[in-house]
Amino acid sequence: MTSVWDRVEPLLWHVEKPARYIGGEDGSFADDKGPEAVRWLLAYPDTYEIGLPNQGLQILYGILNERDDAAAERTYAPWSDMEAAMRAARVPLFSVESARPADEFDVLAFNLSAELTYTNVLNMLDLAEVPLRTAQRGAGDTVVLAGGHCTYNPEPLADFLDAIVLGDGEEVVGELNDVMAAWLATPEPGRSRRDLHVALARTEGVYVPSLYTPRYVAGRLAGYDVDPAAPETIDKRTVADLGQWPYPRAQLVPLTEVVHDRLNVEVFRGCTRGCRFCQAGMITRPVRERPKDQVIDMVRKGIERTGYDEVALTSLSTADFSGIGEVVAALTDPAQGVPQVAVSLPSLRVDAFTVATAASIQQVRRTGLTFAPEGGTWRMRRVINKLISDDDLYSAVDAAFSQGWRRVKLYFLIGLPTERDEDVVAIARLAANCVERGRAHHQKASVTASVGGFVPKANTPFQWHEMDSPNELRRKVSLLRNEARATRGLEIRWHDPDATAAEGIVSRGDRRIGAVIERVWRDGGTFQEWSERFELARWEAALAAEGLDLATTALRARGRDEMLPWSHLSAGLHPDFLWGDYEASLAAEGVEDCRWTPCYDCGACTTYGIEHVVASTSPPAGGSQGTGQGLDLTGPVTVELGATRR
Amino acid sequence: MSDAHLDAGRAATGVLELPERLRLRYRKLGKVRFTSQRDLARLMERAMRRASLPLRRSAGFSPRPLLSFGLALPTGCSSLAEYLDLRLDEASATSPEVRVVASTEVDFTHLARLCAILSSMLPAGIDVTAAATLHGPEVSLQEAVASCDWELEVLGVGPAEAAGRVERLLGADAVMVTRERKGREVADDLRPSILSLRVADRPARVLDGLGDVVGIEASVTTRPRGVRPGELCRALGDQVTLLGACRTHQWMENEDRTVRAEPLSEAGVACVGLPARTEVLGG
Repeated sequence: MTSVWDRVEPLLWHVEKPARYIGGEDGSFADDKGPEAVRWLLAYPDTYEIGLPNQGLQILYGILNERDDAAAERTYAPWSDMEAAMRAARVPLFSVESARPADEFDVLAFNLSAELTYTNVLNMLDLAEVPLRTAQRGAGDTVVLAGGHCTYNPEPLADFLDAIVLGDGEEVVGELNDVMAAWLATPEPGRSRRDLHVALARTEGVYVPSLYTPRYVAGRLAGYDVDPAAPETIDKRTVADLGQWPYPRAQLVPLTEVVHDRLNVEVFRGCTRGCRFCQAGMITRPVRERPKDQVIDMVRKGIERTGYDEVALTSLSTADFSGIGEVVAALTDPAQGVPQVAVSLPSLRVDAFTVATAASIQQVRRTGLTFAPEGGTWRMRRVINKLISDDDLYSAVDAAFSQGWRRVKLYFLIGLPTERDEDVVAIARLAANCVERGRAHHQKASVTASVGGFVPKANTPFQWHEMDSPNELRRKVSLLRNEARATRGLEIRWHDPDATAAEGIVSRGDRRIGAVIERVWRDGGTFQEWSERFELARWEAALAAEGLDLATTALRARGRDEMLPWSHLSAGLHPDFLWGDYEASLAAEGVEDCRWTPCYDCGACTTYGIEHVVASTSPPAGGSQGTGQGLDLTGPVTVELGATRR
Repeated sequence: MSDAHLDAGRAATGVLELPERLRLRYRKLGKVRFTSQRDLARLMERAMRRASLPLRRSAGFSPRPLLSFGLALPTGCSSLAEYLDLRLDEASATSPEVRVVASTEVDFTHLARLCAILSSMLPAGIDVTAAATLHGPEVSLQEAVASCDWELEVLGVGPAEAAGRVERLLGADAVMVTRERKGREVADDLRPSILSLRVADRPARVLDGLGDVVGIEASVTTRPRGVRPGELCRALGDQVTLLGACRTHQWMENEDRTVRAEPLSEAGVACVGLPARTEVLGG
């Protein structure tokens, strides 16, 4: 094994935050495996401080390194100053553990959690000195894999990846290791990349794009020519019982500051609230809770091992965890042997009950509390199936301010299907009402409304829907700002509409977007999710050079019969269910959470013969979002399709 | 502390007894030197929580443990002599295994054991080499330390050329360097802060493809301003680049620089004050 550390070391004097490149985390792995072990380099295509906490990557890191026949190290995107220094000194991409060059690993596996990191993926492949396109790679080259939430439309990166994993990685990563080991055991002259691709394609949940050739008719994707060795469709992998996978067992404790710098314990995976805009909720079904005793045990051991004084109980909606009351009681009772820790719930449900839970565990730091009503009007929230009433929000906000919080943050989306200007303006009114309620408790109560632009994503009911142009989003933002101007204590923040458009290109585009990503990268467009590094003009120029444009690749609506780029990739959700739910949304009809109500056959359970793992058969106490009571889910709401089209 | 003491500390069991005021001495070597001072503070806090040290906390809305670090070590520099003062408080105890006692009752073995425990909980490269009870008036490490010794490794010129440049620098009336302070370029004269500067006796090594590595030994004051290894290196002129720098000593000195002592020696002897002038010492 070689190490480039001697060549890296002199560069570190001259770069920002050199601790990004030295590894040394508590919990990190020192390679002591035999030569036959498959060497994995797990890569996160963003800076160390963003990538290190990623739990998906850490779970696979732990599982692989427990095996005798696998060894995994990690790498992250070097920041631009380091990249320039590395290129000048001809230092390749290297692992943080042992500074081993990336191309000496058998597998380079990327975590794809955000679409705007795709140009970094190409940059890292280039720095790794691995041939950029799968078609250029030979039997001796590193195998490039990817997994993560973005893989439900992996087409824009398809030309650069040998294989892509859909769904939970816990089980399949071992199967991939077996496939790799068998292939590597064949002497190099006798093995071919194709043999590997075929073996990978036989693995459930694994998509090998080189075996699917897109066909275009009149500039539109018409279908894929599928190699006989590959399945017509690929279904995601789902771990039936999270309790069998208490990972990461040894969460990495970094030497330098990172985001989410605390212990993280996943309390459940999946969410069936059914928010129609939420890709994470759609693709991770069904709900699988971790047994509460295991949660308490993981927190206790984790705090002892790491020295952290904060733990986040993570999931898509932690207040919905059946064991939340008991876990919180155990973690805040010193008699139970857990050292005093701050517990944070990163995603709060919008109701007073949830705030009471948060108040009981955040005895010390009451800085800010965040809720996500997402839509400004009840009609809008029925369209997106975020079923919380104005009263739910007001009671949550009342509870928060009365419990000592001074600042409340609200998340909203604009550019949602059927949205009218009154829905946008209502965001400011709703937030202003929250400020007013806060004033009853504190003179300086404040509310921040953060507004993001909506991107309809693959495998959601909105996958067919059009998306707003950057100019339309800008117009809505200014409507909102005008409306908010009069309210002291109300701050409006918004996501750059241009970045939303680029996210649309890479989330909704087909395989032709690969060349666009490559152009943006070659033009210097790395770190596109960092606003100071982003320019839509680069993307538009790259689209134009490939004979494409923003409107047709990202913005336009798709017909029910249109071939979607991800038609062959399934999260288990029946297309009929998704279409039906889309139609219900346009009629502003909500659907209830199927954890506690009869199944409406979305397919996530039945397709894979699994079911919800939920300790409680009744919904949590609380506001309407908890019980579903008192909500008028249908009723006469006029919906004008296309009312906002301009 | 000696290896024998540290071994005895490692072997000791039972309740760990510690004084209310403590000074620690530690090394920072290897890859971990690329962490910042801020990172180091967090690493120390986490290690101390794992060791169940009952740190006294500041009052207020968001209480922080009362740790007071000495002079910041520039990111990338290693050190044999870093210091940290801390306060413990029986009321903050979280474990029956650690007790805070009157300082006169604290046995040396307990302090050695603390060094061993913290070293095992800190990342590779950070080792706590001594601990001592603090008595008497409180003087912050930053106030107390008057000068530091450094060993630099530089690239770009051979040993003879380096020696000539050192000579010229020491003979100069002023050594101006510029640096950015609050967004503005300011020029400072480094010369009064340089107490000594020489090319090290040990033979220069050759680094593959990069050329001669020359050792430079420097002693610099901390007031009116500290001198960073990078600045010394720039003062040596064109082509010279810094490969590494290690702080070997920090010194407390009396006013006329005739008496000096380390804030805490590796043998475990702490110094909290020096006589102002030699005559006073003599009388």
